[in-house]
Amino acid sequence: MRLDDHWYDAAPAASSPAVPPQAPHPSPASQPSAVPPQHPPVPPSPHDAYLSVQRSAAFQQVRSRYRRFVLPAGAAFLLWYLAYVVCAVSAPGLMARPVAGVLNVAMVAGLAQFATTFLLTWLYARHARLRRDGIALELRWATQEMTRGTGAAAITVGRDAR
Amino acid sequence: MSGHHQTLTLLLFCAVVALTLAITSWAGGRRRRSAEEFYAGGRLFSPVENGFALTGDYLSAASFLGVCGLIALYGYDGMLYSVGFLVAWLVVLLLVAELVRNCGRFTLADVVAARVRERPVRLALGLASVTVSVLYLVAQMVGAGSLVTLLLGEAGGAAHTWTVLGVGALMVCYVTWGGMRATTWIQIVKTVLLLGGALTLTVLVLLRFGGDLGALLTAAARNSGHGTQFLAPGLRYGGEGWASRLDFVSLGLALVLGTAGLPHILARFFTVPTARAARRSVVWAVGLVGAFYLMTIVLGAGAAALVGTGTVRGASPSGNTAVPLLSVELGGGAGSVGGAGLAALVAAVAFATILAVVSGLTLAASAAVAHDVFAALTGPRRKTSPSPGRTAEAAGAAKPGKGRRGSEVTVARGAAVAIGAVAIGLSLPARDQNVAFLVGLAFAVAASANLPVLLYALFWRRFTTRGAVCAVYGGLLPAVALVVLSPVVSGTPRSFLPGLDFAYFPLENPGLVSIPLGFLAGWLGTVLSRERADPGRHAETEVRSLTGAGAV
Repeated sequence: MRLDDHWYDAAPAASSPAVPPQAPHPSPASQPSAVPPQHPPVPPSPHDAYLSVQRSAAFQQVRSRYRRFVLPAGAAFLLWYLAYVVCAVSAPGLMARPVAGVLNVAMVAGLAQFATTFLLTWLYARHARLRRDGIALELRWATQEMTRGTGAAAITVGRDAR
Repeated sequence: MSGHHQTLTLLLFCAVVALTLAITSWAGGRRRRSAEEFYAGGRLFSPVENGFALTGDYLSAASFLGVCGLIALYGYDGMLYSVGFLVAWLVVLLLVAELVRNCGRFTLADVVAARVRERPVRLALGLASVTVSVLYLVAQMVGAGSLVTLLLGEAGGAAHTWTVLGVGALMVCYVTWGGMRATTWIQIVKTVLLLGGALTLTVLVLLRFGGDLGALLTAAARNSGHGTQFLAPGLRYGGEGWASRLDFVSLGLALVLGTAGLPHILARFFTVPTARAARRSVVWAVGLVGAFYLMTIVLGAGAAALVGTGTVRGASPSGNTAVPLLSVELGGGAGSVGGAGLAALVAAVAFATILAVVSGLTLAASAAVAHDVFAALTGPRRKTSPSPGRTAEAAGAAKPGKGRRGSEVTVARGAAVAIGAVAIGLSLPARDQNVAFLVGLAFAVAASANLPVLLYALFWRRFTTRGAVCAVYGGLLPAVALVVLSPVVSGTPRSFLPGLDFAYFPLENPGLVSIPLGFLAGWLGTVLSRERADPGRHAETEVRSLTGAGAV
């Protein structure tokens, strides 16, 4: 169950930081000029394909973009929520201080929790859509082609057939 | 409550049951035997549909009636729950949803088993998932029993027993006949009903106060009997010394970290085709859940303002009747047609909520039994080192042919029946117990046993089999043991065993201790294991989780 060569050629070529040449097995096969790779060199395991993708610049970029957004944002909102809960149970006096009208510090903080949750959700979805989705999709096709060329082929086909 | 009101309520209950059974028979008519269909509903739901279904799985009757009641009774301290339940979705969105969709097939254990030795980890995670689901299930069913007795206005044990039996039978029917497809549509219908009901009541409350939220809060504070203290923290978690304060911090931590480990929530991500769709469904869920919890604040404050905290507490000490009482008041007062009609509608919405949540839980528990525990106990034994060609699909590839898959679905159906029987068996004797803590406990177990292993498997290069097994049991066992040693079980007049006193652990919720222990155990187990993590399988998990390569 091999896809058209269209994907095979276009996917790595389209992403500028595609799979680098030092990738062990798949890189000779991914040369656009090569004959249609009916019988690629038999690599020992599909893990080699994943390892070479993992080392590629494109994947490193996806991963670092993901982590650079998620880790600080996750730590920040967790701390902000814990600070809120700890303040609520340990400093009721501070939280009861009026701000404006019936609103006190506690109400403002609670509504701010709602607001920051919505804001962070929107920011994350936007970041993922604009900064990650494109490269990830190209990598997905490239990776699937590479694992199909290896011992994973049988498994992949079996899965498609189910 | 009047006889008219009761008849109307019963009629609406029957309508809810008929509607859900109709959905089940429609969905059950499709390809029944495939595991893809039973566990994942065919994987072709849209993000909007799945967003509604996630919301439906998440919002229990405890949220609708319980949280509103807590706000009506304790003001700001009730609102702390609303915040925690919503913020939890950020963990799901940022760290879990997309990666789990990309790496898994049907359950949480699929994601972890791709990196480590399969059998022990599947067994451990299956047991933890069943524990979480059954705890949650018992809480919902006991709650359902008390709720229906309350809403029908009948005292005595018979109504409670029949409700528990009926709800148990219905949830088993939905799951065994309809699988994930029926469960998902039931969730969607329930979410529409629940949000519609909450929105109607919210608009009616706001109309009473001319749209002025300040006037609403002022009136709530005045009629609560607590004055401005009502709008500040401290009424519930302030007075009783450090234990009750720490207890709330513990619960808050469990809520926020536990959601991302709930098996019935994670199973939802496999019903959409891609990680993008999983992300978009969580975005929908955040919007819907957030809107709902904002409305609970208005409804709770409205109940305090219009009904009065004293009346609410008089009707039910836990505050569960705040919303029904509020709806009677909004419909025109006790004895009026409008009041009875609105109260009956609210009761029907609550009933639909219970049915939907228990069906989602039953499905998740049956998947954990059949796909994880049963598969681990009966599957072929394998060596430690991953042989070439083994991927996350090893489980599927190792069980050749459709016959095996078909038999797994049969096992899952049987497991659903067994889970239903266990849940009924545990819920009937717990009738007079205060089981509200069980929801918090389910979240705590999910956060201690399921979340650490999931995060380690997705993000830690050196994670090993022993680390995974240690992380699961190292979170599960302390969580359960600490509850046994807590005031919930013994030592106070409200405990399960009021005559005994072995309450050595002061908190009712174990999360504050057991969640760090789960993470610590996973780290220790990994550091101390002789086996080295396989870089190839780590690469596979990492590449697949972030790109979606090879996702089913």
